[in-house]
Amino acid sequence: MNSFRFSLRMLFRDWRAGELNVLILALVIAISSLTTVGFFADRVELALARESNQLLGADLLVISSQPIPDTLTAEASRRGLAVSSLIKFPSMISNGDSNLLTEIKAVTEGYPLRGRINLADQFSINGDVSTPAHRVAEGIPLPGTIWIDEKVMTRLELKPGDRVDVGMTQLVVTELITREPDHSVGFVSMGPRAIMNAVDLPKTGLIQEGSRVSYQLLLAGELKKVEQYREWVKPQLTRAQRLEGIRDARPEIRAALERAEKFLSLAALASVVLAAAALALAVRRFTLRHLDGCAVMRSLGASQKQLFYLYLYYFIVLGIVASTIGSLIGFAAQQVLTQWLTGIVDTELPWPDALPAVQGVMVGLVLLLGFALPPVLNLRSVPALRVLRRDIGLSNTHSVAGYVLGLIALSLMFIWKAQDLKLGLYIVAGFITAITVFGAIGWLLIRVLGGLRHQAGGAWRYGLASIRRRAASSVLQAVALGLGLMALLLLTLIQDDLIKDWHTSLPADAPNHFLVNIQSDQVQAIQTFFQQHDITQPRMFPMVRARLSKINGKSVAAEDYAHDPHAERHVRREFNLSWTNRLMSDNQVVKGTWWQDGTQEALLSFEEGLAKTLGLRVGDELTYDIAGSAFSARIDNLRKVDWDTFRVNFFVLVPPGLLDQYPASYITSFYVSPAQASVMHELVRAFPNLLVVDVAIVIGQVQQMIRQVSQAIEFVFVFTMLAGFAVLYAAIASTHDERIHEAAVFRALGARRQQLSRAWAAEFALLGGLSGLFASAGASALGYVIGEHVLNLQYSFNPWIWLIGTSIGAVGVLLAGMLGTRSVLSTPPLLTLRNIG
Amino acid sequence: MLDHQVNQPILSTQALTKQVSIGETQLTILHDITLQVNPGEAVAILGASGSGKSTLLGLLAGLDLPSSGKVHLQDVDLFTLDEDSRAALRGKMMGFVFQSFQLLPALTAIENVMLPLELAATDNAESVAQKLLQRVGLANRLYHYPKQLSGGEQQRVAIARAFATEPRLLLADEPTGNLDSATGVQIIELMFELNREHGTTLILVTHDEVLSRRCSRQIRLADGKLLQ
Repeated sequence: MNSFRFSLRMLFRDWRAGELNVLILALVIAISSLTTVGFFADRVELALARESNQLLGADLLVISSQPIPDTLTAEASRRGLAVSSLIKFPSMISNGDSNLLTEIKAVTEGYPLRGRINLADQFSINGDVSTPAHRVAEGIPLPGTIWIDEKVMTRLELKPGDRVDVGMTQLVVTELITREPDHSVGFVSMGPRAIMNAVDLPKTGLIQEGSRVSYQLLLAGELKKVEQYREWVKPQLTRAQRLEGIRDARPEIRAALERAEKFLSLAALASVVLAAAALALAVRRFTLRHLDGCAVMRSLGASQKQLFYLYLYYFIVLGIVASTIGSLIGFAAQQVLTQWLTGIVDTELPWPDALPAVQGVMVGLVLLLGFALPPVLNLRSVPALRVLRRDIGLSNTHSVAGYVLGLIALSLMFIWKAQDLKLGLYIVAGFITAITVFGAIGWLLIRVLGGLRHQAGGAWRYGLASIRRRAASSVLQAVALGLGLMALLLLTLIQDDLIKDWHTSLPADAPNHFLVNIQSDQVQAIQTFFQQHDITQPRMFPMVRARLSKINGKSVAAEDYAHDPHAERHVRREFNLSWTNRLMSDNQVVKGTWWQDGTQEALLSFEEGLAKTLGLRVGDELTYDIAGSAFSARIDNLRKVDWDTFRVNFFVLVPPGLLDQYPASYITSFYVSPAQASVMHELVRAFPNLLVVDVAIVIGQVQQMIRQVSQAIEFVFVFTMLAGFAVLYAAIASTHDERIHEAAVFRALGARRQQLSRAWAAEFALLGGLSGLFASAGASALGYVIGEHVLNLQYSFNPWIWLIGTSIGAVGVLLAGMLGTRSVLSTPPLLTLRNIG
Repeated sequence: MLDHQVNQPILSTQALTKQVSIGETQLTILHDITLQVNPGEAVAILGASGSGKSTLLGLLAGLDLPSSGKVHLQDVDLFTLDEDSRAALRGKMMGFVFQSFQLLPALTAIENVMLPLELAATDNAESVAQKLLQRVGLANRLYHYPKQLSGGEQQRVAIARAFATEPRLLLADEPTGNLDSATGVQIIELMFELNREHGTTLILVTHDEVLSRRCSRQIRLADGKLLQ
């Protein structure tokens, strides 16, 4: 008979007899939790990306100082992307004698492609617009009309139906904007704003050669298509053009998104670890239960080759079937989860792609073939003599080699699954170290504890003896349980830190207003103003505008950086130099040292990212052009800046005193509660030269996104826990047969059920406690490494994790173990003894 | 069906010795065993517990390797073959009945009987197995699992399995050891009947004198040595 058919037949027979229950259950739960996490993470990622793109108004922007060629637009349409365009320019808007320099956006049909424009329901000049009732705009301003924001309304004292002059034409004010996408990407666009229809633009006569205009092509569509378009367009961009996605525009969003993505990968990896642990245990049981059968087949004339192919085909088919079922369940579970979650998260989650399903089946197969098959294939070398002498088993060396092979397969799997080489490597190294250390310590402890059994009383003595007697299997169980628990604890720790970190970086009273253009002689008066209005006096940062002119004595021209548009822009524009003695709390020196108080040396502290962009190092001598005179200083240190705190930060700092002779202005940021919004109007009236930048909306959006990410992460975490139960179940089931035998013998010898159950309880509690202890140690160590090096989190040592880990381990394994062995205890011993005879 | 070469022994051993080392000490389990079994014979290997009779059976079947000495199955020197070739020879020429039945728990009665035929890639495995199970009186137990069968029934399945491949040599290791005496007698009857019907050579390991007398010849073992 064809060996494949024989395999299928044996597989079917084992399945029918319930021999495969534990193995299939472990595999199906593992793969379904993996794919659920995979699918879900995929959708959450897509949703978060889309959500964050609302801040930009599109998935991708092409920004240019020249009109954007039609070819770019046509190609985007051809690729099935939604397209819109706008022209942004500063211009005076006049109402009678009052003029106001306003940032005007002339938009076309479809704007915004992501997010929405909110309009105030009641448009009245004295209305409180800090928390206005609003509705979502349908479409864009009609030709001949203009929508204005609160600043334009207040300063020009406008009401609906008023006509304003925009260039050479007049437009009717129809709506008051309360929220719009792409608001406040950078300081430049923080002034008063208005939106008009692009059709009216020629009539204004405002767009002429040399006008300061930003042309934007807005694109949106499927993530993949957008990315493909990005790749296509990148090499064709001229120096006047650049691309902007949300990640390019908003560092704080980028940081939040990337961390969330890494966490979701981590959760998926944790479920792989759980799957592997469950499988290792289930396979061990499978091998033990098939030793006899293989010995019989050997005695009946089966060759090693026959048995090899028998189990090879057997496991391939089993793997494909179980993983496919797991993937399908994962898909269904994720649908349910999504239904549940959409009630909480605003956005509708986009449809996931099929990748997680493919990954699920692949992981299932790799796990099974790399991890489970090697020990099973060793079955072929079961000595046939076992049919006569049951004490002859398999040598252990084979299975060690098998697990090593499996670990390699698993490691590669991990790095692939992590989609981040660094994270993947850390995890692989962490878990391999954990396996080695757990195994070694476990072995030692079991020997030591086993030796202590004579000092222990009653149940503990038998529990200890039992652990020691099954030393190899006890170590395997403790390691597998420890790894599973470690994966879960690791997620708990990191999730906790991640969410805490977000909340501290953006607390409820994070600065939501910037005040720019404060003159030196106004500083005191403004502080007094704050004091009078019960607003905490903020720290004022001086700044001097300067242009980089020389690096190490060599003149710098923007053209030198033509290859790097990002660097080029930095060289072209003016920098704000500020001075301080005190390193800000969200800054960290990464190279060199912070200068000493009172130094008179001409030193510079450079932001690390900008230094890298411009190719600068500590020790480089830079010369700036400040209001026509040259200022030279040496880079003394590089700083890492946490940009997502919304506090004032500078790329370049110098020690105090050096720039005193140059004209400086001041900048500050502070928190104003919605109730105090009117104070800002007063401030502007009192100091008309000030520019108040309101980032409350942006902060609100970022905070909301962080809330959503946190919730998504908690859901994923809960689901990963389910996979943990699979491990527990497999662990208990893996010793089930040994226990049946043991129970029968003990009870035949007169042990009462209670005695036996107490001995086992002691064994389970010890085993679980040991695993929990391992897990806590491993999770703390790996959590620290991943937190510090991959997620850039401030890692906080959590002493509770040790207590929690150890007790969850002890209690969990105790409960599961006692439940799992209840049936064993209630079976009459003769029945069991006869069954295994 | 008697072997055409009646005078040639089907199985013979020469100075078969098995030693094991336990720590520093060498323990001799079998000592210099030389014997011959002729085709169609029924030979009982008798001995007390620990006399080495199961070890001898393991060596005769090529399941174990001797420390020295030879076993010939017809013309074939068993221990010049590798384990896979010995397995193939077993599949072709030998049938086994074990004390602990050794049925695969996940397989039904008929599937257990089919197993050696499937391993030998025989086409009509199912009909052969069905006939054999009818012969051993289990026609209405074909689809029962071992755990659903009594000890006696399990051993009947094992006997049917042993005859499935039409072996020339049947090796039985304490076949009644796990059965009550009444059932034991029925099983022995059945085994001898089938042995006669198939013209098989039987080697039976037992400590039961009464049972051994059913055989044409008795070989006694004590402390690993042959007492003839």
